[in-house]
Amino acid sequence: MNSKPLFKQGLKDGIPIGLGYLSVSIGIGIAAVSGGLHIITALLMSMTNLTSAGQAAGITIIAAGGTLFEIALVQLVINLRYALMAISLSQRLDASFTTGKRLFLGAFITDEIYAVATSRDNVNTRYMYGLAIIPYIGWAAGTLIGASAGTILPVAVTTALGMALYGMFVAIIVPAMKKSRDVSLTVILAVLLSTMFRVVPFFSFISYGFAVILSSVIAASVSAMLSVRRRSA
Amino acid sequence: MKTAWYLIVMAVVTYLIRALPFTLCRNKVKSSFLQYFFAYIPYAVLAAMTLPHMLYDGKNPICAAFALLAAIVLALCKRSLITVATGACVAAFLAGLIF
Repeated sequence: MNSKPLFKQGLKDGIPIGLGYLSVSIGIGIAAVSGGLHIITALLMSMTNLTSAGQAAGITIIAAGGTLFEIALVQLVINLRYALMAISLSQRLDASFTTGKRLFLGAFITDEIYAVATSRDNVNTRYMYGLAIIPYIGWAAGTLIGASAGTILPVAVTTALGMALYGMFVAIIVPAMKKSRDVSLTVILAVLLSTMFRVVPFFSFISYGFAVILSSVIAASVSAMLSVRRRSA
Repeated sequence: MKTAWYLIVMAVVTYLIRALPFTLCRNKVKSSFLQYFFAYIPYAVLAAMTLPHMLYDGKNPICAAFALLAAIVLALCKRSLITVATGACVAAFLAGLIF
């Protein structure tokens, strides 16, 4: 297949993600500045991390003067899902993905880029380059805008903008639930477990990051086991 | 100076988590359990990150509940990512004016 349409298709698929990231990263920029980070620090963090949840946690730890070990551990735990997504996406890569290109393009695996890329049967490097560019620019630009505007906007607006992140998650989850009963079961289980970790006092020693990992791994495992059993029955 | 170290540690850890499995995993996964697991895990992670944390994240859980409701309705109507995200923000902002 000609590679040019693949790059263009990737760019096109990346536009809604980029626009979404622009709004979400404005929230990240606002949070960074209110946590005492310099505008340039906020921008560099976005350009080198590209992770909403990880950066939100990182900003909190830096503001509190946490240790480097603590920040490393929290990034590891919160972003561990990217390792799962990377393995999952690696199943769909075609031969254009050499080691060097995997090392480079691997840096751009985010929840949304993964969700879009994994919906294709085969992923080509051209497509992946196209898909990653606009979200990356949107993420950096939004952070810069948010960090610059953070001190100007009223609290009511900045709080509302913080909901953009969750809105995007819902936009990815709900259509998949409509399509598949197994995904619905997985989502319901994950929410129940994550709620349990949050509200039951016995589990209060489990941090946010670990609660997310435990909830999702247990929910996906149970669903996968049920799917295997049903298929073999 | 310490801020620079924070940034470097965050960037390196986050990069390695993504790039190492992406680079090293070359064989197709044969186990049907793992195939299902990998198909379900992203939705499980996003769901666990959204609820109940969304309700605690903002200043006002009622606003967050309205944002959630708006997002679910828009997503059920098959609206795009950006429309759903914007709808959630607008709903939270409007609810914030009332509650």
